[in-house]
Amino acid sequence: MKILVPVKRVIDYNVKARVKADKTGVDLANVKMSMNPFDEIAVEEAIRKKEAGQAEEIIAVSIGPAQAQETLRTALAMGADRAILIQTDDIVEPLAVAKLLKAVVDAEQPGLVILGKQAIDDDSNQTGQMLAALLGWPQGTFASIVKVVGDGIEVTREVDGGLETVALTLPAIVTTDLRLNEPRYASLPNIMKAKKKQLDVKTAADYGVDISPRLKTLKVEEPAKRAGGIKVKTIEELVDKLKNEAGVI
Amino acid sequence: MIRDQEIFNQLRDTIRRFVNERLIPAEDRVVEDNAVPAEILREMREMGLYGMTVPEEYGGLGLTTEEEAYIIMEMGRASPAFRSKIGTNNGIGSQGIVIDGTPEQKARFLPKVAAGEYVASFALTEPDAGSDAASIRTTAILDGDEYVVNGTKRYITNAADASIFTLMARTDPSNKGAGGVSAFIVEKNSPGLTVGKPNRKMGQAGANVYDVIFEDCRVPAANLIGGVPGQGFKTAMKTLDRGRLHISALCVGVSQRLVEESVRYAIDRKQFGQAIAEFQLIQAMLADSRTESYAAQCMVLDAARNYDAGNRNVGDIAACKYFASEMVGRVADRAVQIHGGAGYMSEYAVERFYRDVRIFRIYEGTSQIQQLLIARNLIKEFRA
Repeated sequence: MKILVPVKRVIDYNVKARVKADKTGVDLANVKMSMNPFDEIAVEEAIRKKEAGQAEEIIAVSIGPAQAQETLRTALAMGADRAILIQTDDIVEPLAVAKLLKAVVDAEQPGLVILGKQAIDDDSNQTGQMLAALLGWPQGTFASIVKVVGDGIEVTREVDGGLETVALTLPAIVTTDLRLNEPRYASLPNIMKAKKKQLDVKTAADYGVDISPRLKTLKVEEPAKRAGGIKVKTIEELVDKLKNEAGVI
Repeated sequence: MIRDQEIFNQLRDTIRRFVNERLIPAEDRVVEDNAVPAEILREMREMGLYGMTVPEEYGGLGLTTEEEAYIIMEMGRASPAFRSKIGTNNGIGSQGIVIDGTPEQKARFLPKVAAGEYVASFALTEPDAGSDAASIRTTAILDGDEYVVNGTKRYITNAADASIFTLMARTDPSNKGAGGVSAFIVEKNSPGLTVGKPNRKMGQAGANVYDVIFEDCRVPAANLIGGVPGQGFKTAMKTLDRGRLHISALCVGVSQRLVEESVRYAIDRKQFGQAIAEFQLIQAMLADSRTESYAAQCMVLDAARNYDAGNRNVGDIAACKYFASEMVGRVADRAVQIHGGAGYMSEYAVERFYRDVRIFRIYEGTSQIQQLLIARNLIKEFRA
């Protein structure tokens, strides 16, 4: 089985995001970028499946600017076998990403696509579901356990109020939640070897996909600054304030 | 020299992340247990940290000196105990074989060192031979195709974990000077080799040093590094040149951490109704620490680039070690001062670092030895 793992280059999770002065988006100039953390979990899960003898090849794919090659190199250093960059400097919306991924799936014929449940930059949480719809494949989203059972997989999902386990026939789509695994650090020798692994650069036109935007961003604003709290002297005063001022109890 | 900037950035980012996410959070546990946790050692092994300076043909990363300096600066941001566990494999424990070993010796030992399967340790210092390293008394006398080793080595880092020791011993007792010393690779399981109890020490809990005792310990003649006796002191000194740059880079990394801790505390701590970072006398200490740290960083990188280019100026390397180790002592002292009473308490990292950094002015050549090297090198140049 081949596993396809889409990875996105996003603002690093340690960076404090700042909105551009003209409110058109987040300022990314000279900001550290890295692989979307949920995608790291997806790469790790694919590697574990391969290590368990349940997959033969892992293909990482990214859609983004030339620098997204670095993100793909990280996936290769972790253990992906080869990589595809669909290079574009345009903003690509989840639907366009799903269409491009469908084209890659058609070309590569993977048995499993493992995606992050969402990217930490736009928090859309749509691509996996859209891809499943476009392909007509079953999907197991927000996975905290993925088990290969017979010819299919069992996915334990983190849903409100508990866990739900679903059985899927392959080929299928899985999106990862935080607790699926703890991604490894790429070893230093593997980082050096990753440079020699195959990385193909394509364009959206190569796949015949129209990626022009369907959505319009009106404005981006920073959350309101938190106002300072107050100190209360007694428990009674706290209860009184919660009841009468905050109205929460 | 950076061989491939893109790959190197990724190496450095990975180390930085590992330091922030795994090493710094484990610092207190290392002190409590007086040991680096086994799972962290395993992760360091899996990441290839034991073989960074072993040439690529033997399974290491073959880092250049400049690359090594950058990586060790990153490692220096965590407790020096972590660095110590991999330090001897990348430095003094293995470099003798890398620099002067025969092809057979390299092929036999370096792949295991690179994989971290072998911990390599360096045994030069003795109870009566510290700065006067050429005066070592441990002897290795040829008997058939083996050398018989007798003597005691002191303060040997990682000795209890070591699979091999780079040992300096006198093969020619009639020559009391440097010319009578040879370097050997001694395997831990050699009969007659015993490792003592760990020494109790001021700082760097988790990184232990031991006596290593040789009693009629038989070492195959094939383990004489380079195959020619009498070259050991030269091998040791070459090893120490790169080792001193390594320690200098470590001092820079620790100083960066101390500056971070100091600034963070100064912004957080309020006195007289405002953050102490607003006070100019605190600012002066921060400025002095950053300035000195940056100066040492520039020195180390310059010397490392020269080393890679084949211009190995012993005086400049000594100047790096001298300045960087004294610098980090001053930076640690200011960090404690900025923290005030809290800086004297064990809950704060600066108290621990204050003790940890003291050794940097002593090992791999005391500051006074570095001063001598710098001055003698200058005088030699001008006389020539």
